[in-house]
Amino acid sequence: MILASPSVEADLPGGGQGGRTTKAGLWFAVLAAIMTMAFSASAGAQEKMARAAGGLEAKLEYCKTCHGLSGQGYLGYFPMPRLAGQQPEYIEAQLKAFIERRRTNPIMFNVAHVLSPSMMSALANHFHHLNPPPFGGAPRGAVALGKRIYEEGLPESNVPACSACHGADAHGQNEIPRLAGQVYPYMVGQLSGWSKQRGQGTAVDTSAIMAPTAHNLTRSQIEAVAAYVSNLR
Amino acid sequence: MKHVGLKLAIAAIVVSFVSAVPARADSAAVRNCTWCHGTDAQGYTVAPRLAGQRPQYIMSQITSFHQHTRDNPFSRQYMWGAVAALNPVTARDLADYFASIPPRPANDGDAALAAKGKRIFMDGIPEANIVSCYACHGPNGEGIRDIPRLGGLAYFYVKARLEQWGQGYHSTPGSPMPMVASHLGPEEIEALASYLSFVR
Repeated sequence: MILASPSVEADLPGGGQGGRTTKAGLWFAVLAAIMTMAFSASAGAQEKMARAAGGLEAKLEYCKTCHGLSGQGYLGYFPMPRLAGQQPEYIEAQLKAFIERRRTNPIMFNVAHVLSPSMMSALANHFHHLNPPPFGGAPRGAVALGKRIYEEGLPESNVPACSACHGADAHGQNEIPRLAGQVYPYMVGQLSGWSKQRGQGTAVDTSAIMAPTAHNLTRSQIEAVAAYVSNLR
Repeated sequence: MKHVGLKLAIAAIVVSFVSAVPARADSAAVRNCTWCHGTDAQGYTVAPRLAGQRPQYIMSQITSFHQHTRDNPFSRQYMWGAVAALNPVTARDLADYFASIPPRPANDGDAALAAKGKRIFMDGIPEANIVSCYACHGPNGEGIRDIPRLGGLAYFYVKARLEQWGQGYHSTPGSPMPMVASHLGPEEIEALASYLSFVR
């Protein structure tokens, strides 16, 4: 980005001869300088946009290393949940919860606290549109029981029907997460360890409803529901 | 007893032919591995430690050598041929046998880099899109299922593998390691390899 004014002066007809600079020549030089700076400023913005786009792609690759190359989830030392098809509001709320340590997870805290709000939105939106088949692998024996609990709840245990909030198709809505196709051991871990991992919730975070719900489910009921939703598309 | 050494040697040779049970320390199948991987399976020069490794991981690597999907230079040169005649039953027995041997850490990394390596292992470097190794390989690099134990592997082996993935060599299909390692710079690789070589 070199200011073009000296050569512009020299190229002007009648300008630059014997070093004489006309008023018009000077005005033109200033105009040229301004236009050069204006173009280079927009070029800088374009560079920034390209870096940001590269930033998003690199960040997506980073997420998919653990969450599955199509966002379908992965079984590492810990189960990593499915992000594909997830509600964007839910993903963004969880990222904030990790950063504020309302949801306890040292790995995700590290991941999340370097993300800008616009990056979070971009990531959430990208994952929302992915749709790989479910990860699978859940035991099939209790799926029928899980379906009944999912659709009707357990009135005798004060467990509402999951479908009431999570939808009949388990796709969720707004800040309520999609459960369809979720990784089985992840679901079991979340439901059985809810109060430890997910904190107490806040007025902002409607997941507070899950604390008594998860508490009232027995282990085998949790496994049944998890097995049922893990097969849904 | 006269010529006790000679008689013992002959007895040993005879016993080793007679014993047809695979996956004992003196069986032919095991010895074909320990030629290179060390008589105690703790690794030797470029051949990595097999002792204490996840059996599912050993199996997946044997399959990968069979299918020529793992293609780093030493694998191509040695391992493709080494497992070509290995049947699945023997492979499974070998994997279980080596998994049962207590591993010893190599302790051959740079101790000055170990603390930095541990930080990268546990936390990753989110700003550089480097994932936390701990998320898959466990808090002590012990691995799980077919994700390998890294704790105590030789510095030069871990360093070579991380570099190879960055250079474009392949692993088992679906492995995230090529993507993971492609973000690592040389200093991070040296730190990680150093840290892991000391981990029990």
